Amino acid sequence: MKILAFAEQRNGQFKKTAFEIVKAAKTVADQLSGEVVAVVIGNNIAAIAGQLGGFGASKVVAVEDARLELYSTTAYSKIIADIAKLESAAIVMLPASEMGKDVAPRVAVKLDGGLAAGCTMLTVEGGTIKATRPVYAGKGLVEVVVTTATKVYTLRPNVFTAGSSNGQMASVENIKIELGDADFSAAVTEVKAASGKKDVAEADIIVSGGRGLKGPENFSMIEDLAGALGAAVGASRAVVDAGWRTHDEQVGQTGKTVSPSLYVAVAISGAVQHLAGMSSSKYIVAINKDKDAPIFSIADYGIVGDAFEVVPAITAEVKKLLGK
Amino acid sequence: MKIVVFVNHVPDTETKVKIGADGKLIDPTGVNFMLNPYDEIGVEEALKTKQQFGGEVVVVSLGGDPNKETLRKALAMGCDRAVLLKDPAVRDSYAVASSLADYAKEYGADIIFCGKQSIDYDDAQIGGLIAEMLGIPSVSVVVKLEIKESAIIAEREIEGGHEIVRSSLPAVITAQKGLNEPRYPSLKGIMDAKRKPIEEKVPSAVASRVEVGAMSKPAAKAQGKIVGSDASAAAELVRLLHEEAKVI
Repeated sequence: MKILAFAEQRNGQFKKTAFEIVKAAKTVADQLSGEVVAVVIGNNIAAIAGQLGGFGASKVVAVEDARLELYSTTAYSKIIADIAKLESAAIVMLPASEMGKDVAPRVAVKLDGGLAAGCTMLTVEGGTIKATRPVYAGKGLVEVVVTTATKVYTLRPNVFTAGSSNGQMASVENIKIELGDADFSAAVTEVKAASGKKDVAEADIIVSGGRGLKGPENFSMIEDLAGALGAAVGASRAVVDAGWRTHDEQVGQTGKTVSPSLYVAVAISGAVQHLAGMSSSKYIVAINKDKDAPIFSIADYGIVGDAFEVVPAITAEVKKLLGK
Repeated sequence: MKIVVFVNHVPDTETKVKIGADGKLIDPTGVNFMLNPYDEIGVEEALKTKQQFGGEVVVVSLGGDPNKETLRKALAMGCDRAVLLKDPAVRDSYAVASSLADYAKEYGADIIFCGKQSIDYDDAQIGGLIAEMLGIPSVSVVVKLEIKESAIIAEREIEGGHEIVRSSLPAVITAQKGLNEPRYPSLKGIMDAKRKPIEEKVPSAVASRVEVGAMSKPAAKAQGKIVGSDASAAAELVRLLHEEAKVI
């Protein structure tokens, strides 16, 4: 039994999810007496491929082509499905990242398989994989079982722990997949990176601000604390709707769902839509003047006080601690 | 241009989830349902596409009679006609997409819109599934769209930036917040919507591929620690985060 793990890379660097997926696949494979084959797609990526061995891949298939430098939904899905067939993989695991979420449904259809999307836990009981996935933006959890012979799962980033490499290198097999123009009927032509901005979906620490900050200019305080912590800046829906911050920073039901190690909510009352997007954070700090704000019901640590006084003081303490 | 927009009828974002008697679905008592907000952006983009190229916008939803309310909203926004693929049974994304794809094929859609995800099951699969079932390209999480004669240039949101995607047509576009500002239905639109037809069709039965078991609520968190009430608490908070939580 083989599990095919899709290891996402961009610019010749693995995303953190690549290691998380391989490790999660290995954990499941061990319980099903199976093995993990990882697949990497891109241009000039064979050199990085071997390190996936350190997270549990027994082999890595590298598919390289200059036209694969940037993502293509049609080409990538064809390659992943073709490799799954070549390897007779019964299970395919991908990250629930923007790339993984885009490619996975196509892969599932090509393999005639069912797809459990955005899983946060996988357990094996009597040979059956049970996947837990949040619904209603995390207000509920359901347990799902994929009933088709080939099963596809996407796993939410930052939830499955990759740990550190055991240092093993996997053997890398270069495979050529024939790709015609039709396979690139949708293809990325350019990537526009937000200027040096950390994305909340990938950040390990997030500092978010809400309407209690009174105006967009006061977000400099949030940015300062985020800078000191090496964190991403997040925002509540209210401040995005007010035009203070851009939508890519919005955390919550109609924004991004995040699971960082530390989430600092500043002047955010904690509407149900906001809590839905961040309640699975490992540690939550709330800073709010209103002691009855719902955000305190899920916070691990709280300061009931004025953000304008408290936040700069925290920034100074963090700088002191981290020697900045 | 033959434009199709798929919409879902979902619980309002304010909904507090209460698990129903079957233990699998939410208890709909007292829950307001609405047009899925991302699908609403899809409707707006479909209407803008018609303004540019002419043609017809058909809004389609799969579900039971309550979905008609959402279809009426889309008609009030300006869609030309509505189709309800009537099946009140619970389906997984695959089974939903399969019937929607059948409809798009039968109609001969030139471009298909839907939201990037439905805010009930949050699967974010429908667009990709439909496209693959139809053998056409797709662009998901689109925040900017330019349609040319037989191709589109779309901008999609990814972690830490945007991707510019060129795609041929027909294609499926899944809408993300920011693509447009959905219009409010005008009074005339609402009146007109009452006269516009909602055609009912029975979709073919499709077996689900994902079996849904019990629904539960995330474990409640233990009461947190209130560290203080002013700036003097900052040092203690940072110490706790460093020594107790070990996150900084």
